[in-house]
This record gives sequence, C-alpha cells and structure tokens, in this order.
Amino acid sequence: MSESLDNRGFVARSMTWINERFPWTPTMEKHASKYYAPKNFNVWYVFGVLAFVVLIIQLVTGLFLTMNYVPTAEGAFGSVEYAMHEVDLGWLIRYAHSTGASAFFVVIYLHMFRGFAYGSYRKPRELIWLIGMGIYLVLMAEGFFGYLLPWGNMSYWGAQVIVSLVGAVPIVGADLAEWVRGDFVLSGITLNRFFALHVFALPGVLVVLVFVHMVALHHVGSNNPDGIEIKKKKDEKGVPLDGIPFHPYYTVHDFFVVIVFLIIFCAVMFFAPEMFGYFIEKPNFEIANPIATPEHIAPVWYYTPFYAMLRAVTFPLFGLDAKFWGLVVMAGAILIPIALPWLDKSPVKSIRYKGRISKFMLGMLVISFIVLGYLGTIPPSSFGTATAQIATLVYFSYFVLMPWYTLREKTKPVPERVTGGH
Amino acid sequence: MSRLERFKWSKNFGGFLVVMIGLSLWGASDSEWELEPMKPNLRDKDSLQRGLALYVNFCLGCHSLQYRRYERTAKDLGDIPKDLMLENVIFTGQPIGGYMKSSMSKDDAKNWFGAAPPDLTMVTRVRSPKWVYNFLKAFYVDDSRPFGVNNKVFPNVGMPHVLLPLQGFAVEDCFGYEAVDLLELEAILREKKLEGILTRTDRETAVAPIKPREIRKPNCPEITTIPETGLYNVEQFDQAAYDLANFLHYMGDPSREIRTSMGGYVIGFLVILAIFAYFLKREYWKDVPKSPPRVRKEHTSEL
Repeated sequence: MSESLDNRGFVARSMTWINERFPWTPTMEKHASKYYAPKNFNVWYVFGVLAFVVLIIQLVTGLFLTMNYVPTAEGAFGSVEYAMHEVDLGWLIRYAHSTGASAFFVVIYLHMFRGFAYGSYRKPRELIWLIGMGIYLVLMAEGFFGYLLPWGNMSYWGAQVIVSLVGAVPIVGADLAEWVRGDFVLSGITLNRFFALHVFALPGVLVVLVFVHMVALHHVGSNNPDGIEIKKKKDEKGVPLDGIPFHPYYTVHDFFVVIVFLIIFCAVMFFAPEMFGYFIEKPNFEIANPIATPEHIAPVWYYTPFYAMLRAVTFPLFGLDAKFWGLVVMAGAILIPIALPWLDKSPVKSIRYKGRISKFMLGMLVISFIVLGYLGTIPPSSFGTATAQIATLVYFSYFVLMPWYTLREKTKPVPERVTGGH
Repeated sequence: MSRLERFKWSKNFGGFLVVMIGLSLWGASDSEWELEPMKPNLRDKDSLQRGLALYVNFCLGCHSLQYRRYERTAKDLGDIPKDLMLENVIFTGQPIGGYMKSSMSKDDAKNWFGAAPPDLTMVTRVRSPKWVYNFLKAFYVDDSRPFGVNNKVFPNVGMPHVLLPLQGFAVEDCFGYEAVDLLELEAILREKKLEGILTRTDRETAVAPIKPREIRKPNCPEITTIPETGLYNVEQFDQAAYDLANFLHYMGDPSREIRTSMGGYVIGFLVILAIFAYFLKREYWKDVPKSPPRVRKEHTSEL
C-alpha cells in the first residue's frame, strides 16, 4: 500500500512506517501478545519479574547516588552522609538502594528455589539456568563491591576479610591479594577500582545477561509447577492448549504482584531501612578505620550462609591451610548449582511428582541454608561451628547425592495437561 | 546443658571477666551494666531544643556534628529564628549555613586526650539512643583514671565527665567482693583459644599467676549521686541526659520524621492501587478456562 493512498489513522500509519524499518510489532508479539505462558503459574512464578523490577530500582537509584558520591577514601563516607543529611530526598535514594540490594537477594533466592523445586533447570532449559547462575555470580560480586563504597567501618573490614581470603590461595595468594587491592592494604585505590566495577562494568554485564536470560526463556518457553511442556499439546493454530498470551494476562497479573511487592519494599524502606542491623550494619555508621576492627565482623545477610561454610572448615588438609579449604568449600557451595541440570536424573521435573527423598532433601537444603545464614551472622562458637559443619554437609549432599536419589526413588505419574493455577 | 556450656553463650559476661583480668579482648564498651530503657520522642521539640542547647554548651567543644549544618538543625527543631541561633547556639563564629564543627584542632585533641574525640552525628546509629542516655548517667569518681572519673557503660573511657557541674559527684556503691569461678574463666579462655585469638602462651600467662582467691572483683552494682554537689538534682539531670540522647537520635537520621509520614501516604496509595489492580487482573482472567485441580496421590512405593 503506498503511503499517499493510506487513509488509516495517524497511529496505524506510524506503526506501518516503523515496522517497515524496525521489527516493532513482531518483537512485541514474540515476547508479549503471542508469547504463550502456562496458565497454571503459582506464587513462585512472580520472582523473576520482581527481580527485573529491583534491577530497575537499583539502576535508577544508583545513577542518582553516583551524582552525589565522591569515590575517594577521604570523601566517600562524608559524601554519603551529605546525601543523607543535606540533599533533597537523598535519604530516599540511598535507602531505596540499600533496601534494593537486600530485596534483590530475597527475590533471587526465591526465584532460584522455584527453579530447584520445579526442575526449571532441566532440558531444554539448561542454558537459561547457566545464564541465570551467571547473573547470580555477577550479582554477588556487585553486592560485594558496592558494600565497600560507603566506606563505613563494616564496609572496610568486610572487604578486608573477603579480599584476604584470596591470600589463602597457595603460593601466589599474597601477590594475588595485593593485585586485587592494588595496594598493600585496603585503601582508596581499592575503593576506586571497586567503584568502577560496581557502577560501570558489572551493571553492564548484568543487564546483558538479564537480556540473554529472557531471550533464551522466550525461545524455549516457560516451565510450570507441573514440569510438563505445554508446547507438546497445541491447537490447530499452533497455540499451546495450556498457554495464555503473556500480554494481557500476565501483564495485568504482574502489575498487581509488583504493587504488592512495592508495598513490602516501601514498608522496609520508610519504616525500617536498617532492618535492625541486617540490611545496614551498625558499625557502618562509623567511618572506615584501618586500625580499629568492629567488635564482630559479619557480612550482610545474603552472604552469611556461605560465610558460615567458610568458617566451618577448621582443619588443614594436605599441608594446606584451613582457610584455603574454607575458600574452596565456599566457592564450591556457590558454584555447585551450576551442575544441577546434569545431576538431576529424575524422569520427572517437578517436585510435585518426584519421590519422598527428593522432597526431604529439598526441605533439608532449605533448612541448612537458613541455619547457615543465621550462624554466619553471629560470632563463632564451638557449638555453632559443629552445627555449621553438619549443615554444610547437608547442603552439599543435596547436590552430590542427587544422581543417586533421583534415580532410586519412585515418582508419581505426571498428568498430560497442566493442573491447578488461578 | 552444663554450667560451662551455658557460659560459653554468655559473651557479655565473658567479656567483662576478661576485661577484669586485664586482657581487654573484647571492645571496652562491652560492659555488663544494665541499661535503663529510654524511648526517644522526636515530636518533643522542647526536649530536642534543650538537647541542642546542652550539646553546643557541653559537647561541641570536642565532638563535631560535621555532617550537619546549623541551618537545617534550626529548621527541623521548630524553625528557630536565625538571630536566636547566631546569639545562643553558634559560638564558633560560623555562618548559619556552616557545618556544626568543633573548633578544636585534631592535633590538640590527640595531645590532650590521646585520640581525637569522635564525631557524634551518627552515634545513636552506631550505638543507640538508650546507650547514649545511660552512658551520660554512668560516670563515677575513680581516682585511678587520668580524668578522675570512670564510666560503667563504657569502662575506661578516655573522656572527662563534662556534665559534672550539672550532675555533681557520683560514687560507686560497693558491697564486699564477688567471687569469680576459675572454671568459668577457664572455659572462656578455652573458647577464645579455639577461635585462634588467644595463643597457648597467652592463656598460661593469663591464668598462671592468678590464685583462686585472688580472682574476685569488687561488687559495685550501683552508683549514687552525692546530693547538692551539682546544679541539677537527680530528676533534672536524668532529663538533661534524656534531652541530649533524644537530640542525638534526631541527629543520626534527620529524615526519620518525614520518612515515616511520607511512607504512610505512599503505602496508602499503593494499597488502593493494589485493590484496583487485583480487580483488573480478575476481570481479564475470567476468560481463562480453569485447569483441573491438582490431584494429590499418595506414594505407593516401598520408599
């Protein structure tokens, strides 16, 4: 149709003009109005979109924080307090960012649990899982680098403890730690590079990985609580029988979910931004002091399960330090979920149809993770260390024993079509 | 759980003991002094203004509030007029837009006190308003200390009792001696060793010279102010300590009042929006055919 003869409205004509030059409508259809998602999503399926919302919150508040931040050892703490005390709504931006950091891990841990429970990592979604693990690792690094930036005393000593772990690597450890710090001690130079990584490099990587995560998801389609492929049953038009278009059904659904999430988020941000010392630790209201450690150094809550595992290793092995093996155990605990797609040999995906051992092990995994998370926040004690050692074994056994118990147990029959839902 | 194990959990008591035998492994502030409750009230502008007056008269000489301007403080504490501020609050010759800084130089401070007195803008966030309130009331006469006073809440604090002209002299009330169980001490030391903080040598030097009957400390559970030695009576001094702690509570997070009132409106709006969003969702989802309900079958296997 030639443009001069087109007597449709302005919007329709504009869309044609754009679509001739950019695949706007096809893209929207592929990812929204003709992207068919299973209709039986339950409450566990909201955390992906919430993670996306938190990412936006962090990017926007981070931008405004950067405008008021001075990335030097002399200026950092004062500039953050300047934002808190003098900048209009500076406190709002800062608390949104600090609450957002914790919220990010809350939703990501729940999002990952969903994957564990419903086998979202199984074929054909292995790559989605791997990309997701990549996002998780970048997020942990992002949180770690960001935590140094306020240059409070807990920032300083937390970073000091973690960077010194690198020093436990045999032979090259000391040089490696110095290379990471860029100095003989944690200093303004370290702060500068952490700042560059936190506001420039890692957010870029994060955004790209999130994009790729969603492209891969929309290519294979979403899993669901029954762990069955809705694409196997299609109508004559090729539309999955148990699928509904993402837009408008899940957009209106998620709009409601996001508002509920924001209510909780705002309740924390406005009424308890420190979350009783769990989101912002008390010693961080004091400027970094290289000669005075806080009474008790604990990382922020979202790292404490892994920190507890690090501390649980109290014995040297093969002539190498306990600290080194602690590092190995901690890294192993963070990385081992990467192997899940190949560890799970069950004929069914969803925990709904898996056997009793799987259910028991998943429950134990959650309990051990929470126990470790708690132990990581308190000072070490002999009882605590023993508990952490047991919990660490439980945590690892979920993964290491998985090929055995998923094959051995008896599973339930999987239905042909999805069940439950709204 | 044995008596020993119970004591492993009792960190504070352990800290006190170890401080008593001179090891100072824990922070000096970790005392077993029981803190009285203190409930800050940011609506009480009179209290906050009295706190400000006390602060600039007694504290600001040494302790800056360097992250805060006089102007903002005057505005928040009930729009105190500029000339009143300049006349009665700002003694450093600074403009009203200046930061509330001590005029003492850092070098002087180090010479006089051994360490520069810390900035107190966020002291109630590092500690708590309750801690500040109790700290201010916990000074007592102790000739063994350089300034002649010690503090129950922050033992061996390197600070003179600045409010002494107001409070007067306070003294410890001691009743004999409290025995310290050697077994408890051992347990605590053993635990510290396990954490790698105490070496074997440390432990031996710490324990060896102490004979059981020497391990005891004076039992001084209270301090009492000697009447008529200060300008204020006990109630007035309690009020002054409260006003200061209340003022510092405000200082730690000036956004607190606006934050909570704004938060109420924001959440109220979101709740109303959520109701509409819920009905919007329900309206759309009417078209979606329901799936069969989940069937929960029992496992039939031997497992």
